[in-house]
Amino acid sequence: MRAELFLQYLVSGLIYGSIYAAVAIGFNIIYNATGIINFAQGEFAMLGGMIASSLASRLPLALAMAAAVAATTLVGIGMERAFLRRIARGGVLKMIIATIGLSIAIREIALLIWGESVRTLPFFSGTEVSSVGIAGAHFSPQVFWVLGVTALVVAALTAFFKLTLIGKAMRGCSANREGASLCGIDPDLMVTLAFGLSAAIGAIAGCAVAPLTQTHYAIGTGLGIKGFTVAAFGGLGNSLAAVGAGLILGMLESFSIIVVPEAYKDVVSIVVLLAVLFAKPSGIFGSRAAGALKDY
Amino acid sequence: MRTERIAKIAAFIAIASSCLTSAYAAPGGGDPIKIGAIFSVTGSAAYLGAPEEKTARMVVDDINKSGGIMGRQVKLIVKDSGGSSEKAISFAKQLIDEEEVAAIIGPTTSGESLAIKDLCIKGKTPLLSCASAETITSPVSKYVFKVAPKDNYIAEWIYKTMNQLGIKKIGVIASNTGFGNGGKAQLEKYAAQYGIEIAISEAYDANATDLSALLTKVNAAGVQAVVNWSIEPAQAIVAKNMKQLKMPQQLFQSHGFANIKYVEAAGAAAEGIIFPCGRLIVADQLPDSNPQKKLLVKYSSDYKAAYKEDASTFGGHAYDTLYILKAAIEAAKSTDADKVAQAIENLKGFSGDGGVFSFSGADHNGLQMDSIEMMIVKDGKFALYAKK
Repeated sequence: MRAELFLQYLVSGLIYGSIYAAVAIGFNIIYNATGIINFAQGEFAMLGGMIASSLASRLPLALAMAAAVAATTLVGIGMERAFLRRIARGGVLKMIIATIGLSIAIREIALLIWGESVRTLPFFSGTEVSSVGIAGAHFSPQVFWVLGVTALVVAALTAFFKLTLIGKAMRGCSANREGASLCGIDPDLMVTLAFGLSAAIGAIAGCAVAPLTQTHYAIGTGLGIKGFTVAAFGGLGNSLAAVGAGLILGMLESFSIIVVPEAYKDVVSIVVLLAVLFAKPSGIFGSRAAGALKDY
Repeated sequence: MRTERIAKIAAFIAIASSCLTSAYAAPGGGDPIKIGAIFSVTGSAAYLGAPEEKTARMVVDDINKSGGIMGRQVKLIVKDSGGSSEKAISFAKQLIDEEEVAAIIGPTTSGESLAIKDLCIKGKTPLLSCASAETITSPVSKYVFKVAPKDNYIAEWIYKTMNQLGIKKIGVIASNTGFGNGGKAQLEKYAAQYGIEIAISEAYDANATDLSALLTKVNAAGVQAVVNWSIEPAQAIVAKNMKQLKMPQQLFQSHGFANIKYVEAAGAAAEGIIFPCGRLIVADQLPDSNPQKKLLVKYSSDYKAAYKEDASTFGGHAYDTLYILKAAIEAAKSTDADKVAQAIENLKGFSGDGGVFSFSGADHNGLQMDSIEMMIVKDGKFALYAKK
């Protein structure tokens, strides 16, 4: 294979990987705080992209996205307060199923509000036809934005959980709910915060990828499933692992196209995921000991 | 895996919750004529199904206001299949057995149409499909008709244009759906006849969010042009990815591109895309002598007034099914399935949105090659492609 062609596949893998990783990070926060998988995570990304695209015609792009992130955060908080909190005692599985129900509800509401049309956000820099060339490989400058935003979010999250009191309280609550509440931490509040944070991150991801992927009411399902695959592949609960896993999976899908038709791209990633989970249930970057502490 | 179980539960909930159906009846005297409609109002074919559903409601309203069919009001029963063949089958059964409709219009997609074809034949219910696959009406079966142009016409128009432009070696990509695979098969079938070599032919996932890797592969095959055959938003992604990859090739799309929203989604990347389709999208640019012009302009302006969005050829298909049905029932003076089917076969020179229909016992589509023109995207709008 020509070096140029190899590089182009590599870049395509980077594009896929950056999209997946951006969505995957949100799964980890809620998982860390509650031990559940939030299947409405993809809908957060959809809401972020859709709200931003509706506002983009009236507001400057940055402002429209900030408003979209704020609105989606409220949806995340509302979802936890209004529904999930009430069934939290019912166990993890019940809550997971509730998130599936909520994801369908959000999707249907989005269909009522925005209809079935596809929308896009303007590219953050350049236009649809802008292209950056590196050593013969070409791609949209938006890829840099997605990677940059993802890196920024991971760095901010790491700092938040390691350095701030609230971040430490959330970790404490995740490690031992009863212990944390004996120390004066309000576990319910921490869970609400986790949903708000995760919705915000989902919305940021949704905005960043929308110029590339476009957005419509149903895009959350696909993004959510891929995001979950990547989160599980990397090791649930670890945001940095999600980025690594996203990029690996993106590369795998991109290079698999050389031999397997595009239509079976998802099959490739699911087979790899199953193989990894079979050999190492805690994910490629996950630690077995940490995994065993979770009830899920 | 636990997630698999969850996915199954989710799928069940999804199916259960989206089986929302609605009935629409206009007040009026006498026994209403029931017409069933199966459209993908939601799902990946929503771009086609939603304008079809809106058009059907608008047309039925118009027909009822102007006295109905033979003085009887029309009751339209719309079912949203979400693009799923399984749902289309169960809705078709419901419409035939429980509602006992006089005819079914739709479904939106080729896959669904082929799936319910046999049900309609066995249930003796005329079916007027809005989908394009040639196999819907070939071989001909008594009760099955279609109003969308056949996909082989589309393929041949693309090849004719390629011959004019001196393009010989092409790459074909299509979504992995009934529509995409049908089109891909037609392109492969007619390539040799027009002296075209298909260097690479691939299917992609209908929900794809980026196609740069696939297009890299196509580019590496050394092609002069790319044909994309799909109905999904991926059509806009293909256009953008080609520009981002700095691919110089001409992009051809199928008639699935005939919705201005795809042009909007692709933005500057849509400029210069060439595709074949019916004349509706360029109605105002047609010469006054065109027999369809008056009808097309009226439908587009009515639709725009009612729904505040541009009409698409897909909505036009729904329009045609209802007026063909009306003409046939009036000619047959009955809603009896055999008489209606016979009356449709007898329709000649019937001006519709999709072209001038002339049905016969051997042709249940009624459209000829000339119902289609080549279009080009120019300054963010559709325009007639000027032949060189």
